[in-house]
Amino acid sequence: MIATTPSLNSEISLAALPPDWPGSFWLHWLVFAVIIIVFVLATVIVFIWLERRLIGRFQVRLGPNRAGPFGLLQPIADVIKILTKEDLVPGKADKLVFWLAPVVAFTPVLMIFAVVPFQGGALLADLNIGILYIVAISSVVSIGVFMAGWSSNNKYSLIGAMRDVAQLVSYEIPLVLSIAAIVMITGSLSLTEIVEAQNVPYIVLQPLGFFIFFVAALAEINRTPFDLVEADSEIVAGFNIEYSGTKFATLFLTEYAEAVAISAIIATIFLGGWRGPLLPPLLWFLIKLFAVFFLIVWIRSTIPRLRIDQVMSFAWKFLLPLALINLLITSIQIVFWPEASVWPVVLLNLAMVATLVLFWSKFFKLGGRRIEV
Amino acid sequence: MTGIHCVRITIMALKTEPFVINLGPLHPSTHGVFRMRATLDGEVIIDIEPVFGYLHRGIEKLAETRTYKQDIPLTDRLDYVASMSNNLPYVMAVEKLAGIQVPERAEYLRVIMAELQRIASHLLAVGSLANDLGTFFTPFMYMFREREKIVDLFEMVSGQRLLYNYMRFGGVSHDIPDEFLPALEKFANRMPGFIDEYDQLLAENEILLARTKGVGILPKKLAINISASGPVLRASGVKWDIRKADPHSVYDRFEFDIPTGSAGDCYDRYRVRIEEMRQCVRIIKQAMEQLPQGKVLNKVPLRLRPPVGEAYAHIEAPKGELGFYLVSDNSEEPYRFHIRAPSLINLTAIREMIIGWKLADAIVTFGSIDICLGEVDR
Repeated sequence: MIATTPSLNSEISLAALPPDWPGSFWLHWLVFAVIIIVFVLATVIVFIWLERRLIGRFQVRLGPNRAGPFGLLQPIADVIKILTKEDLVPGKADKLVFWLAPVVAFTPVLMIFAVVPFQGGALLADLNIGILYIVAISSVVSIGVFMAGWSSNNKYSLIGAMRDVAQLVSYEIPLVLSIAAIVMITGSLSLTEIVEAQNVPYIVLQPLGFFIFFVAALAEINRTPFDLVEADSEIVAGFNIEYSGTKFATLFLTEYAEAVAISAIIATIFLGGWRGPLLPPLLWFLIKLFAVFFLIVWIRSTIPRLRIDQVMSFAWKFLLPLALINLLITSIQIVFWPEASVWPVVLLNLAMVATLVLFWSKFFKLGGRRIEV
Repeated sequence: MTGIHCVRITIMALKTEPFVINLGPLHPSTHGVFRMRATLDGEVIIDIEPVFGYLHRGIEKLAETRTYKQDIPLTDRLDYVASMSNNLPYVMAVEKLAGIQVPERAEYLRVIMAELQRIASHLLAVGSLANDLGTFFTPFMYMFREREKIVDLFEMVSGQRLLYNYMRFGGVSHDIPDEFLPALEKFANRMPGFIDEYDQLLAENEILLARTKGVGILPKKLAINISASGPVLRASGVKWDIRKADPHSVYDRFEFDIPTGSAGDCYDRYRVRIEEMRQCVRIIKQAMEQLPQGKVLNKVPLRLRPPVGEAYAHIEAPKGELGFYLVSDNSEEPYRFHIRAPSLINLTAIREMIIGWKLADAIVTFGSIDICLGEVDR
């Protein structure tokens, strides 16, 4: 078990320059900001293409294959189509909030990437509170979503927005608790240090933590089975029902950028980030990123949606107790076996996660009942 | 004293008020242009008012201005996802009215077509129910893979893929082509495996169980009182199937079971449909073995003038008891042309089934009734 003392380094080193990086701090800042935006946009395009192709395969059909080789130009055609649509604003909408909402939703997602280490040292800001920063900033997306739902002056979008906020408040807690266990093991909040501490990827050392984080992250980014915010069969498109044109494109982009962000965070804190044998570090990072996204798409194309009360009870009655137990077990292991070799702990934890999840799911029923009116 | 401030927090009961939301007529989950005017308290539905008639085409009145033969294509357009089963009771009613005999081979072909149509309709029903649950079209596409094969079979016999117009007074319009029976046999042998596959994919899914079990219950008594029929009635535990209760054509020669549910919830309606598909395959296999040779269409006068009188014929259509009531005044057009549409009658208890559940349950319950708007509004 790797238990180091928490680093008390309070200096925030903003410029983690690679040794041979030319130019000043501001140049570095500017170049990296552009790189991040380009990276996010490019990954989103690949994600959209990949998701459509994969879902096509999951649904015993081919998926887009007309535009370009393997349908590679399909996302570009989609983007052109969306951007050339008329930009409608509903008459009774709150114009300013309606306009601001996509921006408020999209900016924090981009900001998450500031602290994501693409490879050793390659990041905009090596914050020593990186993971705390991510947790804080990713919640802001919900404000954008709520603004969009509220300002549209549409009942469907209001329901979607309300669902989003309720969901975020509930799932933030197990998410943070599962991160807390990681932070206890690493002794640092910095993402770079978390990656460097992973001689064994935390997915095997913290399987329960990974499970909780992954499920909670699905809820955070509103992916199936927690896509109640835009449940197309119930509230049509949810919060973005009144959006069109560029604003819709931004909201659409936000969703996929969130998926990229969550995949990147999971790749970093659970799958060992850029570390891996043989291949270059950046490639390893991308492989892990896409592996996580594949899992998300797989779940999307397989599982039905939960109901809002089931989503809530799942967070509070299933994930939260498990997250607390995970935290307890991790702290016991850190305190009592600080020098224990890793593999017995891994085996113990894997056995524990299987037992706990099975045991808990015996007691926990998703249910729900009729309300007398 | 500074330092500690006592903060008094008053928790006020927030004033909430219900709001009205229109589900439909243009909504992805209303399977057409149905409208539900739902009053919501948060997510809970406290009142619901179904609004019909957005797809009203006046088919009953239209049929009274056309000759008997011209009315067959009109019946296709009632439940357009199961048009074989719509032709059948109409031609049966006319045959009853005019006393027309049907050759035995045609009777068997009618049974085969009706059962194939039942499978196709149930596939669509289960697929779109899964869609309403939010599975992003995956089960839907799997169901369509098999429905496609049924549609191919229908295309072989009728040349059409949606509105078949296959049944005639005194038989069916064409005999089956040579390649039909081998294709049908292949389909009937493979279908049980596919049904098992759907069952594995859907029935053991924890979320599907949580979303459908105990949701949208239609009690046995209410089901009988509203004269529900088809899978909706059988899911509530009533063993009533016209194929057994009042066997038409050659149904009394086949061996099959009537699957019933017990709770009458969405899950039971789903299960009844899955089990019914298995029984359909059984019937098709028996019908294929017994299929006699001979002609498929008896001679019927081109300008049919049935004697004065009335006739009612009903069959067990995929969605329930589909009946046609005809009154003849010895002219070329029916004097009265009434359709007993199962979709509409099954839908009448929707208020009792949905109230008190969440918005998402309303969609699932509605989907589990399996209606076709062409038949509801006519």
